[in-house]
Amino acid sequence: MSFKKIIKIFDITADCRRYSLDFWQCPNSLFLVMGGIIIVAMILTYWIGIQFVEPEVIIAVVSVVTIILLVIGHSLVGSFSRIAEANKMKSEFVSIVSHQLRTPLSALKWSVNLLKGKRLGELNKKQEEYVDIVSDSAVKMVRLVNDLLSVNRIEQGKLAMQMEFFSIEDLILDVVKGLQILAKMKNVELFFKNHKNLPLVYADKEKIRMVIQNLIDNAIKYSKQKGGFVEISADTDVNSKLIKVSVKDNGIGIPEIIQKRIFGKFFRGDNLVKQKVEGTGLGLFIAKGIITICGGKIGFTSKPDKGSNFWFTLPINTKKINKKAMEKK
Amino acid sequence: MAKILFVEDEPSLQKAISEILTQEGHNVLTASDGEEGLSMSKEKDVDLILLDLILPKKDGFEVLKSLKEDEKTKNIPVIVLTNLEGTGDVEKALSLGATTYLVKANYELEDVLKTVKEHLK
Repeated sequence: MSFKKIIKIFDITADCRRYSLDFWQCPNSLFLVMGGIIIVAMILTYWIGIQFVEPEVIIAVVSVVTIILLVIGHSLVGSFSRIAEANKMKSEFVSIVSHQLRTPLSALKWSVNLLKGKRLGELNKKQEEYVDIVSDSAVKMVRLVNDLLSVNRIEQGKLAMQMEFFSIEDLILDVVKGLQILAKMKNVELFFKNHKNLPLVYADKEKIRMVIQNLIDNAIKYSKQKGGFVEISADTDVNSKLIKVSVKDNGIGIPEIIQKRIFGKFFRGDNLVKQKVEGTGLGLFIAKGIITICGGKIGFTSKPDKGSNFWFTLPINTKKINKKAMEKK
Repeated sequence: MAKILFVEDEPSLQKAISEILTQEGHNVLTASDGEEGLSMSKEKDVDLILLDLILPKKDGFEVLKSLKEDEKTKNIPVIVLTNLEGTGDVEKALSLGATTYLVKANYELEDVLKTVKEHLK
């Protein structure tokens, strides 16, 4: 370990500098100062206690120290609320910008829909090509805006969920069907292993669709040039309280040094593996947020060059499901 | 042929929806704010309403509430077509009596048309 690295460990204000807070605004350093004062005060009290027996002196010293601590505590609370305020403003900013972007994006999308659907007349080959480019770009922009909004809501704990009962197998089949074209383009064999009539899960179907889509999308994106496969499976766990969905691939895998960070925001594997892959780097952060809110877990195992296995679980609420099944009858 | 009212303050969106619905043989009326939308739905005897939520003068929630309170307009299906998607917005609109809730940016024009057709039956 180099000398610089050791210094870094003790550099408690590094985070605060990153958010441009000075020493006396930084909660980390203020905590340290407070701790220091408490230690000095205790030693002092002990020392005064054995030197002079008069309690007035001790009371005076303790009072002075308490006042100093109160003042520091006050600025500590202040710095916390300033940070919280800044964070809130950032979230509101993202939210407003995203909503404002959605209106022109809708107009763009719908106008292109009319062109592409040939509702405004036939297009020649070249025009069609360019309409496709505009259309694809609009879809990508909508996705990016939606991702930013989702991240924002997850961070604020305000992601609206529309819970319902649905068959996870039917959902996977549907997603796999939709992604076959992409898989073919990348020469990847994509298949869903089994159909076992699993119990229904209770979650937000459209959001779970996003998660499955994202995991499969990633598996295809980071596949090998030749002989790639992506295998999806779904099953109940040992005591049948959870359904586990796995997306296994034999792709390039994830280097160990970045494995810890992959559920973070704006994380992109290609930063390190130097591969040109499209994406916002928000997918796995959002996936984790969604699965956690639905009461499940998400994780993975991966070996570089061997492939990755991403999985998530969703709870089966047997009580509720029975009730629902009876209602249907 | 059905008479459809689209309450939306953004002209480009008004235009796109009008285009596709007219091509499908429907009669499309447009209103640019909540008050106009409300008065038109009472006077023009419409079969279906497409309603935005962020509107000048009277927002979509208020319009929806008034529509459902009036005996005359209570049974007209209302499809909320908006870009608002905050916590509780969907629930609020549905509980006020909206038939369905679509987020504009997430729906292709053909999908909107499909939903309209479904609710005209």
